[in-house]
Amino acid sequence: MQITPEDARSATLSTRQVQGSPSVMGRVLDSDIWYSFTRSWITMLAALITLVLILSAVFAHQIAPNDPFNLESLSLLDGSKPPFWSADGEWRFPLGTDQQGRCVLSSILFGMRISLIVGFLGVLLAASIGITLGLVAGYLGGTVDSVIMRVADVQLTFPAILIALLIDGTMRALVGTARSEVLVFWVLVVSIGLSFWVQYARTVRGSTMVERNKEYVQAARLIGLGNVTILFRHVLPNVVGPVLVIATINMALAIITEATLSFLGVGLPPTEPSLGTLIRLGNEFLFSGEWWVVIFPGLTLAILVLAINLLGDWLRDALNPKLR
Amino acid sequence: MLAFILRRIGQAILVLLTVALISFSLFRFVGDPTQQMVSQDTTLEERLQIRKNLGLDDPVIVQFGRFVGKAARFDFGLSYQTRQPVATLIGDRFPATMELAFASALFALFAGIPMGVYAGLKPQSLLARLFQTVSLIGISLPTFLIGILLIFVFSVSFGLLPSFGRQGTVNLGFWTTSFLTLEGWRSLILPAVTLGLFQMTLIMRLVRSEMMEVLRTDYIKFAKARGLKPRAVNYGHALKNTLIPVITITGLQLGSIIAFAIITETVFQWPGMGLMFLQAVQTVDIPIMSAYLLLVASLFVLINLIVDLLYVVVDPRIRISGRAA
Repeated sequence: MQITPEDARSATLSTRQVQGSPSVMGRVLDSDIWYSFTRSWITMLAALITLVLILSAVFAHQIAPNDPFNLESLSLLDGSKPPFWSADGEWRFPLGTDQQGRCVLSSILFGMRISLIVGFLGVLLAASIGITLGLVAGYLGGTVDSVIMRVADVQLTFPAILIALLIDGTMRALVGTARSEVLVFWVLVVSIGLSFWVQYARTVRGSTMVERNKEYVQAARLIGLGNVTILFRHVLPNVVGPVLVIATINMALAIITEATLSFLGVGLPPTEPSLGTLIRLGNEFLFSGEWWVVIFPGLTLAILVLAINLLGDWLRDALNPKLR
Repeated sequence: MLAFILRRIGQAILVLLTVALISFSLFRFVGDPTQQMVSQDTTLEERLQIRKNLGLDDPVIVQFGRFVGKAARFDFGLSYQTRQPVATLIGDRFPATMELAFASALFALFAGIPMGVYAGLKPQSLLARLFQTVSLIGISLPTFLIGILLIFVFSVSFGLLPSFGRQGTVNLGFWTTSFLTLEGWRSLILPAVTLGLFQMTLIMRLVRSEMMEVLRTDYIKFAKARGLKPRAVNYGHALKNTLIPVITITGLQLGSIIAFAIITETVFQWPGMGLMFLQAVQTVDIPIMSAYLLLVASLFVLINLIVDLLYVVVDPRIRISGRAA
């Protein structure tokens, strides 16, 4: 019998485990995922960019050169300044200012923060709904299963952006969001959550149907655990792996959806601007030659989405044993 | 075969009824239509009388039946904002959206397939790698950003093409077209490219991976062994077989082109149904919202149905499983 590299690796692993359990860091550095991560410089670059963008959004208050929301510090004299490398540019406003004298770089930092929060909460909601319905459908089967999956099929016929737009429009009509910014924010999160749950539900349902018949589930049932406990404590950890991949790719989609809704004017208002709102507002100045007001937020959005997409692609390939 | 078709049509009707129910509930639960018609001095009795005249007293199921019956005759009532029949409004806007969708689908096909074939035949070449990179960027960029960038480059910087509106239209009585004048074509280019770019990258990537897969199969090796010219192998044998999934995806994408037209129409102020729907969402004009929803759903369902049936015609394997089920 030949010794394959896999055997050799598992042998070293087991000896190491005998010698004493390795640290968490050691286990991460030894994993296949870390290996495939270090193999691709594009992935590492994407991870670096994502990290930098997320950190600068988190610490927007600390690193932003100006406060775009403090009306006292704004001056119309600073309005429409080009970026620093132009003749009229100033270092005070590295990426220029809009007509009201707001610093474009600071607006982008705060806008990205809002975009990321909406995207993250939207994905979280979509995943929660999708995972729960998928678990229930896969575990119970029968009528419950077919009802949930029928709804999913119907929803899948339509693009998510259209569904988000409809839910957004309907909820705006229902709750009258004209006055409340907080409400607009949550309306947006819910519309994104409700338009992206289907993919999670289908994936989780499939793996739950496999897990349902395994012995550990039967054992759990035998000792008298309730369905809810079995599903969330025992089945869930075993089906959650692929969900991570979907969630990463969906994060990019959710950010795009939020930006699109805000760009269309049915998302976040100018008083609480996300990247999409900034692009919509800046778009009006494109023809007067102030390209930096719209191009920089647009570039930021594009880079953010591209980096997350690259990470998602890599994660999908790394976790998919078929491609190894 | 017949059973398969009947089952698919049954499913399509079910989907349409579900969407009709959603758009009916928009009417029923979002806002009270009588509020739009009464003034402050209207007494309670008069309000009840109006409700009765409008049939709002009837059981919900009766109202739903009436709604479906009217919808089947394209009667969606009056727009809350403009007080015009919704059917007329949509009829005016329909050609603009359809021509835009058609032009961008053509662009996606005629640019995407050759690029995909080339990238599939020579995956290692520099140009093919460039296509791959560009397509990744194309997938990551939101539609509205592509539109803004195109306007920035072609309208603002170089002043080559108009940046908004639908110019040079010719009225044919029942249809206004921009295909007949140069001005019309010029105003169509940027919106059509914006709308079709995502579909183009999708088709390109699909054709590329299908080509690479087919080229590995035995019958291609055999065709080469028979001494056929590369052109005959690549185009006569390989490309033909990659086109089946391309037809499906293109058909299905036609639906999302119509949906994404909302965004493109907003960027370019293109006077189509999407722009009207967006304005309706902003002003909570429910008759327009629900009519648009039903219309788009019907288009989607129709396209899906045609694609499914075409598939059965093209691919005999499905016919067999359809009979067995």
